[in-house]
Amino acid sequence: MYCYDEYDQRMIDERVAQYRDQVRRRLSNELTETEFLPLRLQNGLYMQIHGYMLRIAVPYGLISSRQMRMFAHIARKYDRGYGHFTTRQNIQFNWLKLEETPDILADLASVQMHAIQTSGNCVRNITSDEFFGVAHDEIVDPRPYAEILRQWSTFHPEFAYLPRKFKIAISGAKEDRAAILAHDIGLSVTKNAQGEVGFRVFVGGGLGRTPIIGSEICEFLPWPHVLTYVESILRIYNQLGRRDNKHKARIKILVKALGIEEFKRLVEEDWADLKNGPGTLTREEVDRMSSFFTDPEYEVLAGNDSSLKAFMADNRNFSHWMKHNVRPHRVPGYAIVVLSVKKPGNAPGDVTHEQMDAVADLADRYSFGEMRITHKQNLVFADIKQTDLIALWHELTKLELASPNIGMLTDIISCPGAEFCTLANARSIPLSKLIAERFENLDFQYDIGEITLNISGCMNACGQHHIGNIGITGVEKKNHEEWYQISIGGAEGNDCSLGKILGPSLIFNQVPEAIDRILQVYLRERADEGERFIDVVRRIGHVPFKDHVYATDFPDELVKSDDKNTLIPAQHAVPFYSPRF
Amino acid sequence: MMIIRDRTIVGDDWQVLRLRDQETPETTMVPDGKIIVPFKVWLAQRATLLQRNDIGVWFASDERPEDLAEDVHRFTVIAVDFPKFSDGRGYSIAYNLRARLEYSGELRAIGDVLRDQLFYLRRVGFDVFEPRPDRKIDDALKGLDDFSEVYQISFDQKQPLFRRVVRQGKSAAGLQDD
Ligand code: SF4
Repeated sequence: MYCYDEYDQRMIDERVAQYRDQVRRRLSNELTETEFLPLRLQNGLYMQIHGYMLRIAVPYGLISSRQMRMFAHIARKYDRGYGHFTTRQNIQFNWLKLEETPDILADLASVQMHAIQTSGNCVRNITSDEFFGVAHDEIVDPRPYAEILRQWSTFHPEFAYLPRKFKIAISGAKEDRAAILAHDIGLSVTKNAQGEVGFRVFVGGGLGRTPIIGSEICEFLPWPHVLTYVESILRIYNQLGRRDNKHKARIKILVKALGIEEFKRLVEEDWADLKNGPGTLTREEVDRMSSFFTDPEYEVLAGNDSSLKAFMADNRNFSHWMKHNVRPHRVPGYAIVVLSVKKPGNAPGDVTHEQMDAVADLADRYSFGEMRITHKQNLVFADIKQTDLIALWHELTKLELASPNIGMLTDIISCPGAEFCTLANARSIPLSKLIAERFENLDFQYDIGEITLNISGCMNACGQHHIGNIGITGVEKKNHEEWYQISIGGAEGNDCSLGKILGPSLIFNQVPEAIDRILQVYLRERADEGERFIDVVRRIGHVPFKDHVYATDFPDELVKSDDKNTLIPAQHAVPFYSPRF
Repeated sequence: MMIIRDRTIVGDDWQVLRLRDQETPETTMVPDGKIIVPFKVWLAQRATLLQRNDIGVWFASDERPEDLAEDVHRFTVIAVDFPKFSDGRGYSIAYNLRARLEYSGELRAIGDVLRDQLFYLRRVGFDVFEPRPDRKIDDALKGLDDFSEVYQISFDQKQPLFRRVVRQGKSAAGLQDD
């Protein structure tokens, strides 16, 4: 992975010093809170009801064991023993003291990490494909470009006070695993017919209140131009993006208002001045970056390990895990392992300091000391020898990170919701638990097959509910009940689509029942087991689902939520903030 | 009043003219002396103001310097107003003035100008700063030196770091790790 040189380290150290002084000035009231706010946000620090949340950047989700141990250390020393992985491949800590945050950043700087631009109206952490470098369908490894973009966007002087936050995602495989169409800029690094590397560029995608799928602005941008082209997009947005209304300030609104043709014209007019200028990437720089992302020292192994077959036959749990949490690797004899941070009953994405330390040890032992954080809030060991899979599975099972549910119904993406987030209409995590418990039966989950379920506590969509096959959104609190809207038909990936709302909203207790009804329609209508949920929705439309969900009343016991499931008053809410907002 | 010019705190006798309520660009009286007028006033009273050589112009954050066209080279002082420090349009205005319109005179940041933005402001082409009067100007001066190195090009730095220095690839950098 990328390794800081003296320049990177110097800038990061200077950032810590700058921030330390800003905190000092804030504490002595030389800075007002209004003035301090964007400064701390650009260092990932949010203030909540009772304390501070720090979001640490994990550039494109890639992290070393040494860095993971630092997270464990931070969780123990400054927090309450755990951290939360987000849908933007970052990690958040929720219980920090402002006075201690400069020390935390200094600790992070000692392992080449930071919290720069993880929040605020600036270019955020670049996200990417969790299987880069090892996936079968990769065309170009996006990591060198992700790191080049990270450096370019870090402390960019012109784009630190944009109308609103700005997210860039990059992917280099045939299948888009980085949801690039749901980003302000989505980059697909690819090759043209001549084998030259370039980018397909999308702009103006995003979820939130106004979900929009990104539009193509450039079909093939040769690689040397990626920085200058992105610069022009940002310059046009910085000047013309709306600043009068926070909810209309994202670039997607500007692109929509101008139309993609006009927006493109403005960008290319600006770009004409930059094209082939000094901001153009050089071969040397790309080669240098690529040198950090070469293959680890893979052993030469004979194809697939046959002893696994025997063990699978004897061990059902292992065999499930192999089927759902283990992916083929492009190198013979290796495998990709997804660690499930979705054990039913636990909050999606939460990891304790013990788990972090243990995972770091396992990465050292089995996966060249590296791991990835996925946008589905799971972890990945990218380079596992197949002969190590059984041993690894035993270890992960002990750590409760081996639930064989990746890509299944209980691999739920959930935002923190009302217990934690002040903007919420309703709780998310308890609902995800209720759903996970109801459908915990693995045979049922496997029968349903591939499906995504996303929960957001409000329309800000931190749980990315628009692109869930089933999406759930908290819409209001009324009469001591929380109300949720259910949508179906959303999807990420190459055939990205936005879900459509099914019908009137439902209360907390009714949601699992409604999901059950939706799934019944799926089971009834599917042509065969190979036809996925999303395929059926696309084929038959919403109506049969809607009809079945609302045809019969919900059972009496679900007409009102019981005490256990009533809303926690906001004043008892835990200070927290959303992973994406 | 005191301003920062070339990293030094110096006295300054330019006045910034701001329209009061009721005043329009056409009717406002531009007083004698060195005056930085709103861009709208420049447009409205251009014929008269062209006679003077002690006039500067300032842009509001929603104005485009491209609209100044050839006039840009008449000025020795142009300012950009920051109504709120968090309104980042002024950065692109400055960049465009410098890089696209090739304005080479003095470029001032006025309005809500604070220490913690000075480093970025300098990078995009501002060379004179009028920090908000309720703040200590010598404190603001420190903001110019928050960082000693930068990655990307802007007005101040025409070459990105990767073209300016030899940066090590993995084998060499790896030695520094751990
Ligand atoms: S985390 Fe995001 S989606 Fe969830 S409740 Fe908060 S703002 Fe809404």
